[in-house]
Amino acid sequence: MASITLTVNGHAHTVDLQPEMPLLWAIRDVIGLTGTKFGCGISQCGACTVHLDGQAVRSCRVQVADAEGRAITTIEGLSPDGSHPVQRAFAAEEVPQCGYCQSGQVMAAAALLASNGAPTDEDIDRAMERNLCRCGTYDRIRRAIHRAAKEG
Amino acid sequence: MPSISKLTRRDFLALGAVAGGGLALGAWLPGQQRGSAADALQPGAFVRIDPDGSITIWMARADMGQGVRTSLPMIVADELDADWNRVEIIQADAHPNKYGGQMTVGSSSVRRGAWTRLRQAGATAREMLVTAAATQWGVATSSCRTEASEVIHVSSGRRLGYGALADAASKLPVPASPRLKEPSEFRLIGTRVPLVDTLAKLTGAAGFGIDARTPGMRFATVLRPPVFGGTFDGCDPAPALAIPGVSDVVEISSGIAVVADNTWAAFEGMRALEVNWHHGDFTMSSADLSAAFAKALESPGAEARKNGDAVAALSGSAKRIEAIYEAPLLSHATMEPMNCTADVRADRCEIWAPTQNPQGTQSIAMKITGLPAERVQVHITYLGCGWGRRSAMDFVEDAVETSKKIGNPVQVVRTREEDMRHDYYRQAGMCRFEAGLDAGGRVAALTCRVASTPIYGRALAVDGNGVDGIARSPYRFANFRVESHPVVTEIPIGYWRSVGPSQNTFFLECFVDEIAHAAGRDPVDLRRELLGDNTRARGVLDLAAEKVGWGTSLPAGRARGIAIVEDKDSIVAQVAEVSIENGEPKVHRVVAAGDFGQVIHPGIVEAQVSGSVIAGLGAALGEEIVLERGRVVSGNFRDYQMIRMAQAPVVEVHIVPSTGDPGSVGEPALPPIAPAVANALFTLTGTRIRKLPIRL
Repeated sequence: MASITLTVNGHAHTVDLQPEMPLLWAIRDVIGLTGTKFGCGISQCGACTVHLDGQAVRSCRVQVADAEGRAITTIEGLSPDGSHPVQRAFAAEEVPQCGYCQSGQVMAAAALLASNGAPTDEDIDRAMERNLCRCGTYDRIRRAIHRAAKEG
Repeated sequence: MPSISKLTRRDFLALGAVAGGGLALGAWLPGQQRGSAADALQPGAFVRIDPDGSITIWMARADMGQGVRTSLPMIVADELDADWNRVEIIQADAHPNKYGGQMTVGSSSVRRGAWTRLRQAGATAREMLVTAAATQWGVATSSCRTEASEVIHVSSGRRLGYGALADAASKLPVPASPRLKEPSEFRLIGTRVPLVDTLAKLTGAAGFGIDARTPGMRFATVLRPPVFGGTFDGCDPAPALAIPGVSDVVEISSGIAVVADNTWAAFEGMRALEVNWHHGDFTMSSADLSAAFAKALESPGAEARKNGDAVAALSGSAKRIEAIYEAPLLSHATMEPMNCTADVRADRCEIWAPTQNPQGTQSIAMKITGLPAERVQVHITYLGCGWGRRSAMDFVEDAVETSKKIGNPVQVVRTREEDMRHDYYRQAGMCRFEAGLDAGGRVAALTCRVASTPIYGRALAVDGNGVDGIARSPYRFANFRVESHPVVTEIPIGYWRSVGPSQNTFFLECFVDEIAHAAGRDPVDLRRELLGDNTRARGVLDLAAEKVGWGTSLPAGRARGIAIVEDKDSIVAQVAEVSIENGEPKVHRVVAAGDFGQVIHPGIVEAQVSGSVIAGLGAALGEEIVLERGRVVSGNFRDYQMIRMAQAPVVEVHIVPSTGDPGSVGEPALPPIAPAVANALFTLTGTRIRKLPIRL
C-alpha cells in the first residue's frame, strides 16, 4: 500500500492504495464517486471514461500511481448541474436509454469537442469508437455531438 | 411513505385518507370478485394527492431504458388531468401484491390490459375530485371540467386545485366505472414530454445496482465452475487471501465468493484462486450443438402448428424449394454486469437489485433467509440494460447467500468474463423449411421443422419460444405445418430481447425471400399476398416500402432487403440499404415502419425502434457465443462483437397513427433487421445467407 493523492474534480484525496489499482476502482469504491461506470475492465467499452489533464482515458486501465499529480475529471465534475454543452445537447436529443454508458459517452464527447470544435461524422466515429452502447443510442449521440458543436 | 399501510384493502381502487390529509389510491384489477385469489395481483399504479397539490405516482416496474419511468406515470397523469410539472415519480420497492405484477418482461408494462388499468386509476381519482368540487359548489359534475390539477366550473370560471379537494375526495365512494378519455382528449399521451430521468443519467446521479452503497458494505465477486453442470471440491483460499484487501473466501451454492475492501481486490482475489473443479459430463462445443440440431431435424418433431394439409399440398405442388437455417447462442452483454447488494441480518434483509423481477427477488431472499416478506425489503435500482437477463435470480442469490455467510452487507459484482460465461443465453436453433409453389408461383404449402434449446432447459414436447416467429407470424399460410424439436443441454438458456422471433424471424423472412426469388416475384408483392387479410400488417409493409422508395434505383453496389414481423401486439417492417465494403456488410440506412397501437410517447418509440435495430444488427453481423468442451470461450467485448458507432446506420422511424390498444415497443423492431440485411446481401452477391452471424 502507498499513500497516494488523487485530485478529482478539483479536490485532493489522499488515500492508501495499491499503486497498481485501476483509477476506476479508486474513484468508485474508495473516493465514492459512482458516476464513472465499470463495463469490461479491458478498455473495450468506455463506460469508465474520465478526463486526465483534459484527455479522455479509460480509467479501468490507468493505474492510480500514474494518475497522481494530474487533474482527474469525472462526470460529477464536468459541470455542477448538468449544464455542460454536451450534457445539454444529450438532454435535448434525449440520448439516454438505460443510461449506464452515458457518463462515458458524455466524457468522451466532451473531450472530442474540446479538441475539435466542429467534428465531422468520421471524427465522431473515430473518437467514439471505443464507447459501447448496448441500447444502441449511437444515432442520437451523433446528433447530440453535432448539436453541442453548433450550440456550444 | 406514510400512507402505504392505508392501502391494504382488497378493493378495486382502494382509497383512504392519508395521514395529514389528502387522497391516496391504489389501483386493483377491476371486475374481479373481491377476495378472490387473483384480485390483489394487479397492476402497477399508486397515486397520492397531498393537500399542497403535489401528486406522487409510484412506478412499480423496472426501467431498463424502455422509458416506463416516464410513460407509465404519463398514462395515469393524463386521465387524472394532473399538472405534469408537479408530479413526483417514485420507484416502488418490491411488494408481493400491492402493485400487482412487477415482473418487467415481454414488453408487458403498457400492453395486455395494463394500459386500461393505469387509465382507470387516473380517471377514478379525477372523477372523485370533480365530485368533491361540484358538491362544494352545489353544481352538477357535468358542468365541471379539469385541467392541470384543477377542477373548473365552466360557466362561472370558479376553480379549485386538487390539493384543496383531496381530503373531501378521499371520503367519497369509489366510482364503479369512471369515464375514460377519448383519444382526442389526451393531453400528455402521444406527446414528447422530457423523460423524467434524463438529467440523472447525464450527470452520473442515477443510481444503478452497482452504485448501491450502504454503511459497512463489503465488495465481492463470485467464481463459478467454468463448465456447465460442473462442480468443485473446495479450494485453497490462501492465494486469494494474500491479495491486499481480500478478507473472506466463502463457498456459496453457485461457486466461490471472494470478499474484499473494494471490487478490484475481489477480482484480483478471484483470479488468484486455485480451485479443484469437477467438469462433469457436458463436453459440447459449438459444432456439436449444430450436429445435435441437424440430427434432430432428420426426424419429425412434435406438431406446433397446423393449417390445412401441408404434406399433401407439398407433394402436389409444381415446384419445391428447401433450405436449412441456423442461429447461435447469444449473450445479453448488458453494459452493467450482473450485480446485487444485500444486507442480511438475523431479523431482516435489505436488497438493492437491478432486477426485472422484483417479486422474484423478494421470494428468493425469503427462501434463503427464512424471513417473511415484510422483513425483506427490495429496492429496484436503475438497470444498466436488461433484455430479459435481469429476470433471472442467479445474481440475487449470490449476494444474499454471501451476505448471510459473512454476516455483513455486501455488493457482489461479476467480472465481464464471468458475466458473459454464465449468462442465460439466447436460445440457439436450426430449422428446415420446405415450400411448394403452384404453377402460378403462389405458395401452396410451407413446412418447417425447428430444433431449439428451450429456455431454462425445460423438458417440453413443443418449445413454444423455439418456434415463435414462425408458428406465429403475420402471414396467412393456407397449408402450413410447424414441428418442434427441443434439444435440452446443460447450457443455461433464458429470455433475450424479443425472444423466439430474434432468430425465427431471420429464418422465416429469409426463406420467404428465397420463395420470392424462386417464384420470380418481387419480395414486397409476394409478402403482400402472403399477408392475406392481415390488413394491419399490409399497411405497415406498404408504409415501409413507400418511405424507402422500394423499387427506385440505388447507387451502384447498394441493394435493399425487406422483412416484417408481428410480435406482442405490434407489427414492424424494415428495409435495409446495404453495400459491401472491405469484404464486410455495410448498412447505410434503415427505414422502419411500425404499428404499435396507441403511442404513449413517440420519442420513446423512436428510440426503442432505433435501438432495437442496432441490437438486431449486432446479432446479424457479429455476436456469437462460442462453446468449447462444455464452456463458453467468449469472455469480453474483444471476442463478442457488438455494434459500435461507425457501424451504426441512420434509422428512420415511421409510426402508423393508431388509437388501438398499445402493443409492444421494446422488442418487435429487433427481429426484422437481420433478415432485411441478409436479403439485401443476396441481391448483391447471389449467395443466400442461412446462418448467423453473417460471414461473407
